[in-house]
Amino acid sequence: MSAARQKECDVAIRITGLTNSFGEDVVHEDLSLDVFHGEILGVVGGSGTGKSVLMRSIIGLQVPDTGRIEVLGESILDGEEEDVSIRSRWGVLFQGGALFSTLTVAENVMVPLAEFYPEINSKLRREIALYKIALSGLPADAADKYPSELSGGMKKRAGLARALALDPDVLFLDEPTAGLDPIGAARFDELTLELQRTLGLTVFLITHDLDTLHEICDRVAVLADRKVIAIGTIPELLATDHPWIQEYFNGPRGRAAAVSHADEERRQNRFPAQSKSRGFKS
Amino acid sequence: MGAPADFSVEERSDTGAVLRFAGDLNIATIGPIDTRLKSVDQTLALIDMSDVGHIDTVGAWIVHRLARDHGCDIVNLSESGSRLVDAVGKSDAGELERPHRPNVVTRVVGGTGEGVILAFTSMLAMLSFFGSIVRAMLAQAANPRRIRWAATVRHFELVGASALGIVGLMSFLIGIVIAQQGAVQLRQFGAEVFTVNLVGRLTLRELGVLMTAIMVAGRSGSAFAAQIGTMKLTEEVDAMRTIGVSPVEALVLPRVAAAVLMMILLAFYAMIVAMAGGAFLLWATLDLPIATFIVRIQEVVPIHDFYVGMIKAPVFGLIIALSGCYQGMQVRGNAEEVGARTTAAVVQGIFMVIVLDAFFAVFFTEIGWG
Ligand SMILES: Nc1ncnc2c1ncn2[C@@H]1O[C@H](COP(=O)(O)OP(=O)(O)OP(=O)(O)O)[C@@H](O)[C@H]1O
Ligand SMILES: [Mg+2]
Repeated sequence: MSAARQKECDVAIRITGLTNSFGEDVVHEDLSLDVFHGEILGVVGGSGTGKSVLMRSIIGLQVPDTGRIEVLGESILDGEEEDVSIRSRWGVLFQGGALFSTLTVAENVMVPLAEFYPEINSKLRREIALYKIALSGLPADAADKYPSELSGGMKKRAGLARALALDPDVLFLDEPTAGLDPIGAARFDELTLELQRTLGLTVFLITHDLDTLHEICDRVAVLADRKVIAIGTIPELLATDHPWIQEYFNGPRGRAAAVSHADEERRQNRFPAQSKSRGFKS
Repeated sequence: MGAPADFSVEERSDTGAVLRFAGDLNIATIGPIDTRLKSVDQTLALIDMSDVGHIDTVGAWIVHRLARDHGCDIVNLSESGSRLVDAVGKSDAGELERPHRPNVVTRVVGGTGEGVILAFTSMLAMLSFFGSIVRAMLAQAANPRRIRWAATVRHFELVGASALGIVGLMSFLIGIVIAQQGAVQLRQFGAEVFTVNLVGRLTLRELGVLMTAIMVAGRSGSAFAAQIGTMKLTEEVDAMRTIGVSPVEALVLPRVAAAVLMMILLAFYAMIVAMAGGAFLLWATLDLPIATFIVRIQEVVPIHDFYVGMIKAPVFGLIIALSGCYQGMQVRGNAEEVGARTTAAVVQGIFMVIVLDAFFAVFFTEIGWG
């Protein structure tokens, strides 16, 4: 795995020296982070450590005090507000879903399509929206419902469908599996992995879900004390002796997730035909 | 980005028609060839993908749709390409018709009927809303510790104190307009002195309170509806209910109290300022001394004109707060609804104020306060 990473070490997102504050309240201080092409990076940290703020900074919604942020080689901060080319290359799923409440789910997915590719006619646009909705695991009849008629988990999936609308290169997911039932959460994980493998996506995944971290993340970044205190595969993180990391992965929930993951690996090694070919597409 | 998408159809004797894609098949390139693909009229036997470069799910969808419609096979697809085609194929829900809209006649007739039903039911609902306010008020009177002083005082400020500037300016100008127009018209009969009667009676009885009510409806009625409506959307109102806080007590009563009390004070203030405007104009154009104006007002304006204005003020305040809070509470669903309900709150508030004003005019004349 580590060799694969060395090979594929061109950087999709590079953050250097990022400082964010709200008045007196400093959220990030001199934070640096690299996300590689084609990897799923899990971002963890206690509530309020600034994971969502970090994501908002990367996508240009939160202007940091200092620092540089580059996505796919383009700087986010120097760019004009009007410079939208980079915006068509990422998809974002917000923590609260953030669906447009006056539009149906299908119309929500069609908004970015109409915005960036007006030459696609409306029939094809709707077809695209419908298969993206199905791809995100929603039943077909959800397409013509309004967000207020959906359950919490369905809103998440609709948000994912909208994030995937443009076949983005980079996908930002803010706690996608929070509030999903365990089966739904596992499907969501599989879906993310499947998309990442078929589309070669880079995924920036904020999560509290330990199963997700074990199952699909190539690397995990830990946010604490206003910085990324550690980044690496889970075994690499376990080798550090930071108390928060130890407690996070070795707490009762952390151990349970690790055990079930190990079981899974063993089962799959017995039937090599099914084994997942993890790692990076080249 | 990338090579433009293209395709060609080739008739082969052994297999039948073969469609050969070329270039990149992705969201950026697919637009132009979509319609051309629709017009392929031979039945295809094969789709050849060997010349295709980059492909994404939109390209995969186009290929899948073509294969589905012609019942043909796809050959020479790259590994990632075939994964994509499989993935979108599994997500193909078939043609899902948009729910079709009924024709114009049905829509108009149905809409009218629904409107009538809505008018009656919302009248009933508003009455029951008023009932729940009265009940909450009685409950608070029995247990004064439950009164939310902080919220109430805050709304006093928002509804009353911060409206002083705009209400004052408006009233002063209205006083000037009445005096100026009155003087011009009455001069034709040599009765300019009666301009004082006109200014005094009109501002005290009608315009002071009516214009203030319109201003309060626009400023505060709309704010009530938007605030409460947004809280409904974010489920704050539901959260309040679950922790045992009555939304009527916490949200509605402070606003109603503020609107009623502040309408009294604002209307009084508006009357005084409007008369000051009239006095100023008469002094400036007719050289009528201010002191004479005041003495004349006391002589010609009966005190019941003042009572009429002051009785109407709290009633109008109540109407405005009621329609603002009621409409806010009716918000459900989406952000557009907040806008619609806010508009409804203002329109309904002003409309009911004017209708009631007409009733009051007849009523007070009948009881001899004409
Ligand atoms: N708009 C804002 N104004 C002021 N402070 C803010 C704002 N947004 C976030 N913060 C502060 O920034 C800090 C980080 O918030 P953030 O939402 O990024 O947390 P998080 O790591 O995503 O937490 P969670 O896991 O609960 O989602 C918090 O202390 C929060 O109070
Ligand atoms: Mg967050």
